[in-house]
Formats: sequence, structure tokens, C-alpha cells
Amino acid sequence: MQLSASSISISLSGRQVLKGVDLGLEPGQVTGLLGPNGAGKSTLMRALAGQLAHQGHVEIDGRAIAGMSEVERARIIAWLPQQRVLSWPISVQAVVELGRLPWHGWRRAMSQADREKCAAAMDLLDVTGLARRPATELSGGEQARVLMARAVAQDTPVLVADEPASGLDPAHQISMMAALRHLAGQGRTVFVSLHDLSLAARWCDRLILMKDGEIAADGPPDKVMTDATLRDVYGISARIGRDECGLWLAPLGLTEGEMGNG
Amino acid sequence: MNRPRLITMLAVLGIAVFVLSLLIGPARIGPVTSIEALIAGGNEAAMIIMREIRLPRALLAVLIGFSLGVAGAALQGLLRNPLAEPGIIGISASASLGAVLLFYTGLAGASLLALPAGALTGAALCVLVLLVISAAQASTITLILAGVALASLAGALTSLVLNLSPNPYASYEIIFWLLGSLKDRTMDHVWLVIPLMVVGWAALWASSRTLDALSLGEEGASGLGANIPRARVLVVCGVALCVGAATAVSGAIGFIGLIVPHLVRPLTNRLPSQLLLPAGLGGAALLTIADIVARTIIPDRELNVGVVTALIGAPFFLWLVIRSRRELF
Repeated sequence: MQLSASSISISLSGRQVLKGVDLGLEPGQVTGLLGPNGAGKSTLMRALAGQLAHQGHVEIDGRAIAGMSEVERARIIAWLPQQRVLSWPISVQAVVELGRLPWHGWRRAMSQADREKCAAAMDLLDVTGLARRPATELSGGEQARVLMARAVAQDTPVLVADEPASGLDPAHQISMMAALRHLAGQGRTVFVSLHDLSLAARWCDRLILMKDGEIAADGPPDKVMTDATLRDVYGISARIGRDECGLWLAPLGLTEGEMGNG
Repeated sequence: MNRPRLITMLAVLGIAVFVLSLLIGPARIGPVTSIEALIAGGNEAAMIIMREIRLPRALLAVLIGFSLGVAGAALQGLLRNPLAEPGIIGISASASLGAVLLFYTGLAGASLLALPAGALTGAALCVLVLLVISAAQASTITLILAGVALASLAGALTSLVLNLSPNPYASYEIIFWLLGSLKDRTMDHVWLVIPLMVVGWAALWASSRTLDALSLGEEGASGLGANIPRARVLVVCGVALCVGAATAVSGAIGFIGLIVPHLVRPLTNRLPSQLLLPAGLGGAALLTIADIVARTIIPDRELNVGVVTALIGAPFFLWLVIRSRRELF
């Protein structure tokens, strides 16, 4: 489904965090959201996921999400917050099954189809082996994968994930991105914020760079990841190259006069 | 342990201690005569003792224990805090204050139901304040803090009433009531609490799926389509009905709502929704046992059941904390 946002503005405690952001997300693509700390990435994601009151409109295939019921929205958008919260020592299996709540609702027993979706989500995120472990006892990286599996089990056409790859080891970062690509390959709209520039450059179809509550650059990775935009948005210089596997990027250092400005 | 088995075991335990509770009392009536008198009548003295003294007492222990257990489990789920107990949002303290004011003004003696009415009014006022606050401030933390503040205020006002109390006898009566007891209750009390509690249980049960979703935090839960403000109102009202009704007829009985969810949680898959019924059944059994202990531990003298639950509850809770730190936090 196509997700489009027009003139999204949000003020938190008097500070304008988003300044009229316009944005359209296409199905079948992984769109990465980048930007320095405090640029407004999480706020934008929350607004798109229908989790934050805002000015402007967010629509999915032409329908305003503001007019949807909570459950209706949860059947269309899966939202994975940045903060990983697990309150009780419930098993990994039970955590992933929570993803089916918007679908089976009051029915206590999950259907066979519900079970299969959970199993597929757990396979995709490589957590099947952890199924019986209490999720609270896992490492941070394992919890991140379990919570992503929970969002995948929700089986929605749109997935919005706030920094799902942070705290993962390189192998699991790559498999997390591969999982997102797999989901986009099924025709889903995947929107993900990232801090790792090279991971973003390599695995996203499209990148959106934010700075000070506005979109600074938007387009395919090789158009967005340029010396000029990196200097402007992050205040860094980087070595950018392309090889047979795609784009690569190595941050080198701070550019002159940009310290404390971002 | 699988769920049907756990529920069956707790239900059997509850029924067993319920029957035991019916058979215990100062009047020496044999078990067979007791049950016969209860069901079929016959021996008139035995029938009156069974139907008008022991039955209401045993029923109230079960109803109040169940309500406190469910309320504790639901509150722990909503607040995502294993230390939450029904007292934390100020309901029991406000209900106690309402009852204490009736003692003070002398209205308590006006009717059998005056005291419960006073307690329920206290609980209702507390809920009203909590609902206004939670409507204005969409945060669960605000709800807890407001509850703690209301509990302290009600406690302070109760102390003030004790201070101003006209004579030592009135003070004694108030303190005795505050200790919590199931003695000398009637079927009128039972009929009074049943509808309130049933509505309370229903409200808590209606919030159970949201409580499950809240295991992922408020943001995670709302992403799953959970309506958290609605769940907050349901749980506050449910707890208020359960605990307000309980306090209205028995005085303040502590620790059941705190301990029982902890006792039962390891036997479940730990999802809040799966804990509600077992915690209720466990609470019913535990309060009934505590009431049996209160009546039998010292010959010819009865303790207040609130004293027993606190005496068993506090050290037991400490033991739980030490034994299973990981489980708690």
C-alpha cells in the first residue's frame, strides 16, 4: 500500500520538531530514514504510524489514518518503536504471538494460520531456536530480533521500524536488512530508520535524509549519499565508492566548523 | 503447568477450604450435622449458625479474596510493575476513610449497610478524582502518582479523625475496623457486594487483552491497536468496584492483592490475561485459609483476618523477593 504524508508538523514542548514534511512511500521498497540525533526521525515515524497527534495528513491508499479505529490501523501498519520494552518474562513464542492480537482479538485460541504466520516471522528473524526462552533473559540484539519478529507476525502491508538494527552484531544487522528486503519483496511498504550509513546505503532502495525537522535529501542511495549532503546534514566527510555489490561508505572525520551544529 | 490443570487445581483448593471454613466455629457442630443443617435445614440452632453466621463469612472470604487477587493481577499488568497492589491507587484508603467518617459521626450504627455505603462513597470519590486526572493527563505514571497521593491524603485524614475522635471507645471501634475482619457479617453483606464485584470482574476481564499488549510497553501496545486510555479507565473502575466493595464489608485487608499474583504467575505463561482467573482463585483460597487461621490459631480468641494476612504476607513477600529477584524485576 502507498503511504503518503503531507505537510506534517509537530511541536513538542514549544519546539517545532517537524516543519511541514511531505513524503510518499512506495510498496515493494525499503525506504531508509537517516539523519543526526534530534533531526526528528522518530517523531516522523510515530506520526506516520498513527502514534502521535500532528498537523497535516497521513493517508494510506487514499484513506486518512486519523479516521481509522485503532485495530483497523494495526491491521495496516505494524509499528516497531525504538525503545525495546518487555515487561514480564514471557516466552519468545508468546511475544511473537502478541503480533496476532489485532487479528484474532478476543478469540483466545489462535488459528492455524495465525500460528503459521508467527512461525514464518520467527524463521525470518532467526529466533525459532529461542522460542521457549523468556524474552527478558535474551541479549539486547536477540530481543531486537524477537520484537521485529513480533512486528512481522502482525502481517501488515506497511511496516514502520525505528532503528531495528541498532545493537545488533554485523551478521545479524545484515540478516535484519535482508529480512526487511524480503518483506519489501512481498510487496510491503517498509520504512526504517537507521544510524549506520553504510548499512543504509547498501540495503535500502531509497534514502531520506532529515535535518532539523525537514527533509534534506530524498532519493536513491547514490544520489543521496554525496559529499555535499553528508557534510551538510551530518557535518562529516566520508569516502564513498561503488563496487560490484553496490554502494559503500566509510565516514572519515568531521568537517570544519560543523561541530555542535547538528 | 498447563492452564486447565492449574485452574482446576486452584478451584478444587478453593472449594476444599471453603467447606473447611464452613465447618469451623465456636459452636461444636459435627461436620455431617453442619452440612445437613446448611442444605436441608432440620436442627434449627445448627441451621441458623450455618446459614446466617458461617455461610456469609465463608462466602465473603471467597468473594473478597477473588476480587483482591484479580484486582492485584490486573493492576500489575496495567502498571507493568510487580509491586503494584490494589492499595496503590488509593481506593482502599479512601474507602476506609469513608467508613471511618461514619464511625466518627455516629451514623455507622444507623443501619447495617450504613458503613458499606460510607466506604463505597469514599472509593467512588477517589475513582472520580483518578478518572479526571487520567483524562487530563494521558499517562500511567501520573495515575500511579495521583493514586499514591490520594492514598496518603486519605490515610492522613483517617489519622485526623482518630485524633479528633470524641471517646476512646469510638477510636477503638475505628482501629478494630481498620484491621479488617469477616466476623459477624450477614447475607445482606454478601448480596451487597456480589453485583459490585461481578461488574468489577467484568471490567478487569474486558481489559485483559490490552494488558497483554502492554507487556510491550505503551508504545508497543498502541501499535498493536490497543486502546490504552480505555484500558486505564476499565482497570481503575474494575479495581475500585472490587476493592471498594471488599473494603466496605470487611475493612482493609492487605497483601492478598500483592502476593497472590506473584504466587501464581510462575505457574502461568506470565501473560497478564492468563493470570487474572488463577490469581482470583488463588486469592479466594488464600483469604479463606487466612480467615480459618484467624479463627483457630489462638483458642477462644479470634484475630482480625487483616492482621493474619499482613503477618503471613509481609515475610512471605520478602522471601519471594529474595528467592526470585529475576522473576520480579
